[in-house]
Amino acid sequence: MSRDGKKILRGVNLEVGDREIHSIIGANGAGKSTLAYTLMGLQGYEHEEGSLTFDEEDITKLSISERAKKGITLAWQEPARFEGLKVRDYLAIGAKGNGGITEEELREALRKVDLKPDKYLNREVGEALSGGERKRIELASIITMKPKLAILDEPDSGIDVVSLKEIINFIQTLKENGSSLLVITHREEIAAASDKASLMCEGAILRSGDPIEISEFFKNRCIPCDSRVSPPKAV
Amino acid sequence: MNQITLNTLSTEMAEISAAYTAAGGDAAVLRKHELASLVVSGNKVLNANGTEGIVLEKHETEYGVDIKMTIKKGYKIPLPVHLCFGLVPKDGLQEIKMDFVAEEDSAVELIAHCTFPNAVNVVHKMDAQMLIGKNASLKYTETHFHGPHGGIQVIPKAHIKIEEGGRYYTNFSFVSGRVGYLEFDYSVDAGKDSICEMVTKVYGKKNDKIKILEKISLNGENARSVIKSRLAITDDAESEFRGITEGHAPRARGHVDCMEVIQGNAKAEAIPIVRVDNPLAKVTHEAAIGCVDKKEVETLMARGLEEDDAIDVIVKGMLA
Repeated sequence: MSRDGKKILRGVNLEVGDREIHSIIGANGAGKSTLAYTLMGLQGYEHEEGSLTFDEEDITKLSISERAKKGITLAWQEPARFEGLKVRDYLAIGAKGNGGITEEELREALRKVDLKPDKYLNREVGEALSGGERKRIELASIITMKPKLAILDEPDSGIDVVSLKEIINFIQTLKENGSSLLVITHREEIAAASDKASLMCEGAILRSGDPIEISEFFKNRCIPCDSRVSPPKAV
Repeated sequence: MNQITLNTLSTEMAEISAAYTAAGGDAAVLRKHELASLVVSGNKVLNANGTEGIVLEKHETEYGVDIKMTIKKGYKIPLPVHLCFGLVPKDGLQEIKMDFVAEEDSAVELIAHCTFPNAVNVVHKMDAQMLIGKNASLKYTETHFHGPHGGIQVIPKAHIKIEEGGRYYTNFSFVSGRVGYLEFDYSVDAGKDSICEMVTKVYGKKNDKIKILEKISLNGENARSVIKSRLAITDDAESEFRGITEGHAPRARGHVDCMEVIQGNAKAEAIPIVRVDNPLAKVTHEAAIGCVDKKEVETLMARGLEEDDAIDVIVKGMLA
């Protein structure tokens, strides 16, 4: 995957297990979001080499919709706004593939992200929502979709620090409900709640393994790294 | 309550009621005596119910109806007044002249459905003069339905004068069926401390042609206004939008907001014009024409919608 002649992803070799929470950590510009967009198949992030396998099926050439129908979805770091689209309708879209959704399920999804259903169900997913409210609605839409693999790009960004525990609970609830998760994060706490973590640097997966160990490595070796032009030497 | 039911012609009433339903209206409201309503088919007044506080005069002309509606001083009409203008045959001409007055301290909501379900060669013209008196309020919603043929010219023209402290909100919606040819021309003179909000939503298809001219002159101190237009055009449809706001008085505030989504071979032109000749007034504008936002489409695709369905959801939301 390259942009303007520059390689953005390089030889990424990554596996997310069934019902696994897998965190991706790395400095700004390491290629974390690009990896998320590539996995979802967004326009402009088409792969150039290699393959993507999901449930033992090659999905490399599938469109975004086709990947979503297989059970993959993505929550953007800064979610799009939709003028005129009600929260209830937005949440119901992802549930269509599962035979629809009940009113109580809609309400429960909002409660899971700490939003009052009566206050939000009939509001627009538009500009009037704060960044934090919009982000919570995005996470609720992941709950209603019940994906096999949820890719969460910085799920805590825009949400106040005291809510970090709720985000971790949300991620673990998704796992308990049967989802695998690929979580892009800067948060040590979120990484610590993962089953596995991978460190990205300069578009490559530098190392994968125990999340605490990866977090420590990131703090001690990557954050102090002056240039971050070249990956630090593995120890 | 003063009920005045005139010229109830059962067959025509049934036909126009069906057309009213096709336009998105609830025909039952036209039969409720506790609600004020007016039903005009071609040049016939089929039904006219007034309620306390509303004076309704109508005069059938060769091709339409002249209407004078007055909301009496101090009356806050509790339930919306329902209006239905239409023509059931596939061809014809309808000319509506409307003289509306909301007297001082009155308030009313008018909900109009204009329905031409079989139009192949139809012309509908409306010429309205509206006066919103001191501290009076008018909320006016107009929804059109022209059926599938696109054989209609709709030419609504209105001048609205808002006096001190008056409020005028209008929502003109044209989102189901064909548009045909639309030439929309509304102008507003806004007085001191008045508020004016004009919203137009139009969905043009095939070879529809849409011309929208909205002009607000903020003549009084503290007058405030918003012009908001949302247009979606597809196939070979064409649209022209002119949104003009003039700030002539101290602390007058206006904004023009036009968003157009185009698909297929459609062509769109949007010109927001702001004119200010008072240094204490401020008028702003924004206009965007283009395809549907890529991130919005991809978000809905990532929830499982096909691209065309995602675009449909986004456009319908914008026009809702």
